[in-house]
Amino acid sequence: MSVKEKFELKMGAATREAFGKALVELGREDSNVVVCDADLSKSTFTHLFGKEFPKRFFSCGIAEADMISIGAGLASSGKIAFVASFSAFVLNKGFEQLRVNVAYAQVPLRVVGTHSGISIGEDGPSQMSVEDISLACSLAGFTVLSPADEVATFALVKAAAYHPGPVFIRAGRLKVPVIYTAGQKFEIGKANTLIEGKDLTFITTGLLVAESIRAAEILEAEGISAGVIDIHTIKPLDKAAIAAAARSTGCLVVAEEHFTDSGLGVKVAQAVCETHPCIMEFHGIGNYYAESGTPEDLLTKYKMTAKDLAVTARKALARKK
Amino acid sequence: MQKTSDIGELQAIAKRVRQHIVTMICAAKSGHPGGSLSAVETLVTLYFDVMRHDPANPTWPERDRFILSKGHAAPVLYSVFAEAGYTPIDSLNTLRSLGSIYQGHPDRRYIPALEASTGSLGVGLSLGLGMAEAARLDNSPTRVYVVLGDGEIQEGQIWEAAMYGAFHKVDNICAIVDYNRIQLDGFVKDIMELEPLADKWRAFGWNTLEVDGHDFAALQKAFAEAAATKGKPTVLIAHTIKGKGVSFMENNPKFHGVAPTKEELEKALQEIGA
Ligand SMILES: Cc1ncc(C[n+]2csc(CCOP(=O)(O)OP(=O)(O)O)c2C)c(N)n1
Ligand SMILES: [Mg+2]
Repeated sequence: MSVKEKFELKMGAATREAFGKALVELGREDSNVVVCDADLSKSTFTHLFGKEFPKRFFSCGIAEADMISIGAGLASSGKIAFVASFSAFVLNKGFEQLRVNVAYAQVPLRVVGTHSGISIGEDGPSQMSVEDISLACSLAGFTVLSPADEVATFALVKAAAYHPGPVFIRAGRLKVPVIYTAGQKFEIGKANTLIEGKDLTFITTGLLVAESIRAAEILEAEGISAGVIDIHTIKPLDKAAIAAAARSTGCLVVAEEHFTDSGLGVKVAQAVCETHPCIMEFHGIGNYYAESGTPEDLLTKYKMTAKDLAVTARKALARKK
Repeated sequence: MQKTSDIGELQAIAKRVRQHIVTMICAAKSGHPGGSLSAVETLVTLYFDVMRHDPANPTWPERDRFILSKGHAAPVLYSVFAEAGYTPIDSLNTLRSLGSIYQGHPDRRYIPALEASTGSLGVGLSLGLGMAEAARLDNSPTRVYVVLGDGEIQEGQIWEAAMYGAFHKVDNICAIVDYNRIQLDGFVKDIMELEPLADKWRAFGWNTLEVDGHDFAALQKAFAEAAATKGKPTVLIAHTIKGKGVSFMENNPKFHGVAPTKEELEKALQEIGA
């Protein structure tokens, strides 16, 4: 079956919205679920939970660091506690609290950062989270999830609620294409191979999973067989899946909406070095802050589209020969 | 740029600034009208009357410093900058578009005359304290002005800065709290009440003045009192109306971060012009 036949990529909900809906379902199923907000409930979609379960919804004001520690207190008292804000604020303002009250203390807090990457658009760099994968993964004992569509988000948020240890979930602002069919099972720590390739493999996450599928379609028309692996769990990384792709295609392109010098790419490179060294290219954002613009304009300028991924793939293939 | 203490002239500038704000946010189709409109008189008083600054010489070392700590109100700052001659008026409507100097939040990479890049709430007062300390070290007459949102001062760092300012007697800084009683998700009293706010600042050791933030004469008097106060920092609690000047935006949480439609813009311009 061709890539085009296999993936329709119909537009779906934003991952932040799927997160909000999953929270409501969790709230209905389990009275132990609680949620903390720092004046962004309408943007993170936690207002859906707040409306239905006002007693289990804690308004912390614009005080992210305080929210993290309050969440840690709730979580260490047996609650299934979620805290959410923009990814840039929850991680950067709350990092010390995440490190000491959550990671070091081994408290199972669920931390959700929405509005990740540059695709937030007009608000600009102060709210763009382009270092969150790096920060979250550096917290010892954290599980780091990065769902690509509404189906993945719904499933992973629900799985995260009962996962042992602290979890960070990276979500986005934009509506994104649906990749998975409803009811698809997700196993934390186990990557999903969406397309098996012969010539190269895209190792990708979040917003760029759909773009990688589209890039595979572009390349297919040129007679190039590109695989796509969705790394919905960045930590712990599925090294076996990555090693298998390195062995079978000998050429990997890591694609992420994140700084390339500290994100998924370097973690994949480490896994590849340890298992089966091969040609690699890293597609993402350089170590600089972007700017304001419509999401479309930014994704084009900063080369986050399928076309750009195809260019990087050809470059990688040229090195392989 | 012509400075003035004349209230009629300041009102005329404020009217143009309000027109720019709603027009540019409508053109951008996103942005924050409410908190921009509530801070108009504060910024106009500072830039056109109170502050020592020179748009022809933005790096003048002894200039006063201004920090819009609540960076999402960028449209009011851009409009005042344009009216003062720092930046062009005719490109205000490029707000938030790719390549525009009028970025979604104030960005020094695009407008070097900005003293700070802001947008993440809670850090501006501390930054201002550092600038005020540098001025004192240099025996410079520089004064520092920092505009804070009322929601913004829920951030703990603001109160760390408040302690520092009083302990170190930083009397060349003046904070202004734009007390419009609304934040992003709704009314401050429903999210994290701040009252008794003046008592809090007084307890932290600040010379605390409460003013009508839309009354030029009251603002002029308060800024003069702040400058004359030695041995402690001053905070102006500016009682304001979010969305001031546009009836359907006034006191309406919806217009924290939603752009007016074309029809709403027409109505808004009529009301501001009247
Ligand atoms: C650290 C941080 N947290 C959250 C936000 C998102 N945010 C933008 S504006 C805003 C509300 C600000 O309310 P207030 O300070 O009262 O501003 P104003 O009413 O003057 O617009 C929030 C929560 C942010 N910009 N920075
Ligand atoms: Mg406010």
